[in-house]
Amino acid sequence: MKFTKTLAAAAAMGLALSGSAYADADPVKAGFIYVGPIGDLGWTWTHDQGRLAVEAEYGDRVETSYVESVPEGADAERVMSQMARSGVDIIFTTSFGYMDPTINVAAEFPDVAFAHATGYKRAENVATYSARFYEGRYVIGQIAGAMTETNKIGYIASFPIPEVVRGINSAYLAAKSVNPDVEFKVVWVYTWFDPGKEADAANALIEQGVDVIMQHTDSPAAMTIAEEKGVYAFGQASDMSAFGPNAQLTAILDNWGPYYIDRVGAIMDGTWESTDVWDGIGAGMVGIAPFSDKIPADVQALATETIAAIASGELHPFTGPINKQDGTVWLADGEVADDGTLAGLNFYVEGIDGELPN
Amino acid sequence: MDFSSLNAVAMIVLLIGAATPILLAAIGELVAEKSGVLNLGVEGMMIIGAVTGFITATTTGSPMLGFAGGALGGALVSTLFAFLTQYLHSNQVATGLALTMFGLGLAALMGRNYNGIKPPRTDRLEVPGLSDFPVLGELLFSYDPIIYFSVFLVFAVWWFLNRTRGGLVLRACGENHDAAHSLGYNVQLIRFGAIMFGGACAGLGGAYVSLVRVPQWTEGMTAGVGWIALAIVVFASWKPWRVILGAYMFGGITILQLSLQALGISISGAYLSMTPYIVTIVVLVIMSADRKRASINAPACLGRSFHASH
Amino acid sequence: MLRLEQRQQPSKLMLYLTPVLAVLTTMAVGGLLFVALGIAPGRAIYLLFIDPFVDSYNLSQLFVKASPLILIAMGLSIGFRAGVWNIGAEGQFIMGALAGGAVGLALWGMTGWWILPLMAVAAALGGALWGLIPALLKIRFNASEILVSLMLVYVAENFLAQMVQGVLRAPDGMGFPESRNLGRNEPTALPDVFPALGINAGGVTMLVLLALAFFLLQKHALGFQIKLTGDSPRAARFAGVKPGVIIALCLGVSGAAAGLAGLFELTGAAGKLTIDFPLGYGFTAIIVAFLGRLNPVGILLAGVVLAGTYIGGENAQFMLKLPAAAVTVFQGMMLFFLLGFEILINYRVKRLRRAV
Repeated sequence: MKFTKTLAAAAAMGLALSGSAYADADPVKAGFIYVGPIGDLGWTWTHDQGRLAVEAEYGDRVETSYVESVPEGADAERVMSQMARSGVDIIFTTSFGYMDPTINVAAEFPDVAFAHATGYKRAENVATYSARFYEGRYVIGQIAGAMTETNKIGYIASFPIPEVVRGINSAYLAAKSVNPDVEFKVVWVYTWFDPGKEADAANALIEQGVDVIMQHTDSPAAMTIAEEKGVYAFGQASDMSAFGPNAQLTAILDNWGPYYIDRVGAIMDGTWESTDVWDGIGAGMVGIAPFSDKIPADVQALATETIAAIASGELHPFTGPINKQDGTVWLADGEVADDGTLAGLNFYVEGIDGELPN
Repeated sequence: MDFSSLNAVAMIVLLIGAATPILLAAIGELVAEKSGVLNLGVEGMMIIGAVTGFITATTTGSPMLGFAGGALGGALVSTLFAFLTQYLHSNQVATGLALTMFGLGLAALMGRNYNGIKPPRTDRLEVPGLSDFPVLGELLFSYDPIIYFSVFLVFAVWWFLNRTRGGLVLRACGENHDAAHSLGYNVQLIRFGAIMFGGACAGLGGAYVSLVRVPQWTEGMTAGVGWIALAIVVFASWKPWRVILGAYMFGGITILQLSLQALGISISGAYLSMTPYIVTIVVLVIMSADRKRASINAPACLGRSFHASH
Repeated sequence: MLRLEQRQQPSKLMLYLTPVLAVLTTMAVGGLLFVALGIAPGRAIYLLFIDPFVDSYNLSQLFVKASPLILIAMGLSIGFRAGVWNIGAEGQFIMGALAGGAVGLALWGMTGWWILPLMAVAAALGGALWGLIPALLKIRFNASEILVSLMLVYVAENFLAQMVQGVLRAPDGMGFPESRNLGRNEPTALPDVFPALGINAGGVTMLVLLALAFFLLQKHALGFQIKLTGDSPRAARFAGVKPGVIIALCLGVSGAAAGLAGLFELTGAAGKLTIDFPLGYGFTAIIVAFLGRLNPVGILLAGVVLAGTYIGGENAQFMLKLPAAAVTVFQGMMLFFLLGFEILINYRVKRLRRAV
């Protein structure tokens, strides 16, 4: 009797041990929720590249899964819950519109870690992450300012939200710093993805004498038009030189891989905690593609210097004196914009023509 | 405001490029509707054309074969709709919507390995001497062959519908299918053909998007053009020439809106974007209100299934 | 050679058998598609067709997805019965959500049981008025309601975009184009009633309205008039039915139903008005209405099955790495088969011998 009991206990212990050993060998599971199809070559594609980077880094120690084209709202909540229930350890929700669904689902699954891109709501098990794309825009703004001959730079913008407004302001300040005569022409297309309309916008801008195009929409349509019309453009989110071998000066790269690798690694070590990451060029979340040889050496040198200065924290794109569009003071001399203001930025800086749509 | 920098000629050239996919899809849908078939699957057929055209062009290296491939893809996928609605008498509205769903999914599957590729370039048709002529040269002789073809197609459709016996029969099917049947015409077969023609045109329009307008393949790239084509047919009150007018006007509004912004003039994008649809409704109302005229244009049997009684 | 021969009477057997046949064919052909994509077909089909109806979590989501489809399809089916082709339910869905949402946002900070019902009334009115525009143009000017209602979808979409970037934008939303979260605000949030199946107050309303529609169509004189108008407009006129009244009624009712569905989606599942708020339910519901053969019970079943494939499709994506596009193709195929097999209700297949 006593003996059997001991045996049973030992067996139970053995089971428990093998159970935990098994848990160690069990790969960490990471789920990704995408707002578009991975074939969009833009936003979702770059996140999926990040997912693949995680797989490449950890091999068998990680298992990733994803769901594409998930509408923001009830569907997103359901997909997150399903992933959490299926035993996923960490879920990356990669669109602003997933903010409330992420918070809701995370409350129901306290043991699952969530990381929400570009939002501002956090919880014990909900981290947020975003990239300081405006740093990249400062670099390309400088190049654009130096490269334009007509002094007209075109900007294809999606929606008047802080993220986009930040980019326009940053690029303008940079362009202005190297070329005081520079003029920005902003076209709002009210879509993230409509290749036809993006192409039309590029054409309309070129027609207005623009010879350098920037974009804050997802498709490489504008790049193909720039190539055709013989003007310059910058890749958005990924290297688009395949679409504009002559047109692309450089590209801002969304590089989510390092963050995803780091966070999945933290899950493996058991050191994950809710953080608010807003990384830029320094941490490698924002990358700059190799320069085109169309950019003269001195401009390349300047841009390289700027990249280094931003990476080291020496240069902040939003350093005073900067006035708002209406001429009132925003940042005094030497003053640096705080993250809170930047997160909600809803005005143009002085010098940009045109009205910011409300 | 300084409008002087708005170059009218350049804007017209742009709007014609923007309008051509709509024009192609709309002229095809017009023929289908004239035969009495309402096919709401235009978007699905276009995206299939965009992907098959792209695949054909990149594998063969020939944009012209690409356009043919797009038209063929659109025509093939439209036979699903044609078979279901004509021989299995399924409801046209529901089947058309199902076709759009199916087409969007199938195109995405087919195009999975074609992301990030540049298709062969479609050259403009240069007319020696004329293309370099100021203003008129640019206005008339600066386009790719498909644009000329699209205008020719409108003419051909007009000629076929109004000047040939075949056109008369096709219209008869749309006006009164029972009468056409009793005269000995095979209504189902004629409609089948009209649907396939519509599919080919939509496919060609799709291929124009993926090969010329935004030369690349990305999922969902037609972004609703097929639905606009449906509106244009109504706007045109089923008259081929007015399809050109409608498509170019629609393209014009889009280009004007973007160009005004590029000029630095703030306008409300959303309100301007709804105007084409409101104008279409107004045109439809004006046209329909005159019952005599409406009866000439709008096919009386539009959307109604034909059952031959034995 | 095969040919179709019209039956004297629609086949009762086929009425019930064809959907089963269609689903089985879809499984077979879909299975081939999955094999071609290198995905285990049995597992994929299980996830798409069985799992949504047996797994308790999936069940709790079923009516979240199905309710709006069924509610809109119910309204549309009444019109389709009468030969009134409202294909602009998507627009009425948006306008209902906007009208109801605007009321909720205007009363932000207030409490009271009456707020949600008031929003529902506003939503039904908003949807009905948007539906009555094509009705009026049809009655007064003979303009096709198919086309007008479709055009009004785009007008509504653009109007929504304008509103969420303007007056309805959340003041504390950091400038993003979206409204406050009505689903997370006690007085405007739709209460859950039967969470095991995902039925909230909106779902209950849907079921009640569905029962009413059943009663209307089967038992009430008005239902008879509606069906008569659809089957034979001339006979209806002889019977004293006023076509204008029927048109206005059908578009008004279907608009109101779509508007209500919009509000339920807003205050239940979605929470916020955003540019991406409309998910195409208004168009999918047209398919649901036809799959359900314009019959309230059929619509209920069709809505539930389609909702199941949406839920199952998401699961199959992350469990089997099935591409989202393959799920769409699969659904499209199922619709084709369902629509195609319907022929067997009214026709029989006969083998034709050359000697005849």
